[in-house]
Amino acid sequence: MISLAGRDILHAWPRFVLTGMGLGLLIGVTLTMAGVYRGMVDDARALLRNSGADIWVVQKDTQGPYAESSSIHDDIYRSILGQPGVAKAANVTYLTMQVRHGESDVRAMVVGFEPGQPGEPPFLVAGRQANRSHYEAVADVKTGFALGETIRIRRHDYVVVGMTQRMVSSGGDPMVFIPLKDAQEAQFLKDNEAIRNDRARTAANPALNRPAVPGLLEAIQASQSSNHNVNAVLVQVQAGQSPAVVAEPIRRWLHLQTYTQVEMEEILVAKLIATSAKQIGMFLVILAIVSAAVVAFIIYTMTLGKIREIAVLKLIGTRNRTIASMILQQAMGLGLIGFVVGKIAATIWAPIFPKYVLLEPGDAVRGFVLVLVICALASTLAIRAALRVDPATAIGG
Amino acid sequence: MNTDTNTGFGIRIEGLRKRYGESDAAVDALKEVNMTVAPGEVVGLIGPSGSGKTTLLKCLGAVIEPTAGRMTLGDEVIYDQGWKSADLRALRRDRIGFVFQAPYLIPFLDVTDNVALLPMLAGQPNVQARQRALELLQALDVQHRAKAQPSQLSGGEQQRVAIARALANQPPVILADEPTAPLDSERAMAVMRILNRMAQQYRTAIIVVTHDEKIIPTFRRIYQIRDGRTYEEAGQGIEP
Repeated sequence: MISLAGRDILHAWPRFVLTGMGLGLLIGVTLTMAGVYRGMVDDARALLRNSGADIWVVQKDTQGPYAESSSIHDDIYRSILGQPGVAKAANVTYLTMQVRHGESDVRAMVVGFEPGQPGEPPFLVAGRQANRSHYEAVADVKTGFALGETIRIRRHDYVVVGMTQRMVSSGGDPMVFIPLKDAQEAQFLKDNEAIRNDRARTAANPALNRPAVPGLLEAIQASQSSNHNVNAVLVQVQAGQSPAVVAEPIRRWLHLQTYTQVEMEEILVAKLIATSAKQIGMFLVILAIVSAAVVAFIIYTMTLGKIREIAVLKLIGTRNRTIASMILQQAMGLGLIGFVVGKIAATIWAPIFPKYVLLEPGDAVRGFVLVLVICALASTLAIRAALRVDPATAIGG
Repeated sequence: MNTDTNTGFGIRIEGLRKRYGESDAAVDALKEVNMTVAPGEVVGLIGPSGSGKTTLLKCLGAVIEPTAGRMTLGDEVIYDQGWKSADLRALRRDRIGFVFQAPYLIPFLDVTDNVALLPMLAGQPNVQARQRALELLQALDVQHRAKAQPSQLSGGEQQRVAIARALANQPPVILADEPTAPLDSERAMAVMRILNRMAQQYRTAIIVVTHDEKIIPTFRRIYQIRDGRTYEEAGQGIEP
């Protein structure tokens, strides 16, 4: 028996292919949305992987430094270094901000780090590490900066001495690494006008400016204009040590919050990007419904266009199964063309997206199965219409 | 040339009735229809609009069920106060050929496969079905268009392919519904000659429902249907 569906497709292939391409673009959007979600998860994992930490030590009762703000003193790392099982401990700061790039801004996460310690960019694609104490930066290639360019952060300029790659925040913003002291200043210090204003206010406060206590005002003003806080301490444990075991005394005795890699991944993936994931999930559901509706509409319209032929086929003895199979095969064919076009389209446009889009083969397989299921379900409407065609309509009257 | 050996009746209809609706709303579309068409014979079925021609055609085509009567196809009773076959689709496929007012060829199949489709549906291997189709196309003098698409054929060629399709499963009877309606006189007469030739060649009984005045004289026997009843008349006939 010849394939009626195949013959019909070959007969009207331009219309079929064009329709499949239209559907394919819709499927491409769906695959891309899944890729956006995967990209967010991968960004979060890359952030943790590239930080080089086994344990994150943050302010007590916070889920910092990525999900919530966290502020701890910058000398705490010394106490942590004294804990059993700790190999390295280093201060870091994180600040997401608009960084000047020529006449425009770039949204970036500015990371303050100490050279040779956890938090330093683990690899470079060009240049060298920022190993001077001030005014040098290492930038992710996605920031758009080039080696030798100057980055304006707050009041200071930084020369880009190194380039790194896939160093992004959990929100997908590329990172700029600067020395810790500079980062603390950028994050916590105020501008000159604000400092002068604060000094005047303090001086006008009789409780803080007592004539009988010389030096009090200066001491208070000095403390107001300096900062010794960081967002977190990144800890590397000694070989063979369990991060969970090492973290426990830090939490208990130093009154800090600690997170291991697993716990931090749970915070980033399950909590920080949970809302975005739901948002994308809703998009995926809507796109699946729209795709199903489009396929159903197309197949239904194509079937209605063949009502007379179907009546003739039924009159001359074609079984319902053969007619249903023809429509189902056409829907599947449409889905197949749509999926191939969608996969190609998603692969082509994914790198153009500003944030990382990760197209996983597993998602493609799941998408393909879903497309076929949707096409099969969508064809039922047309099959139902075809099976209801009265063969007598071929005779007329 | 392969010829069929249908024997006995092509089709015999006795006391056929068809009633639509019930009680006060009932309409008797067919009140008393009696017809006999021998193998190799072409008869005309004529009558004014609303006389019951289409209803009779649908009953003969096993598309709607008569209310009463008896129908014999070849040597097999197919209806006697009820269908004798549970699979009317197979009955239509294997035992009845259809030719419509418009050819209604399947537009996405080429000429050969349009004709071969019926034997394929009946379970014949593709090669054998296509061989049968080519024989019929040759008999109808359209073998040179075997690979063409229906849209590439003239009206007359399409109608010849439709006749070939109706003959594909060697049915004992062919029902032709206004087969010459869209054709001019010359082509209409050509189609009638073909139908007569095919009827004789394949020993098939052909019933032609028509309004077409110009072809009515081509029938040797005519059944006039009026008010749901058939009346037999003699015609002139045509040389195939």
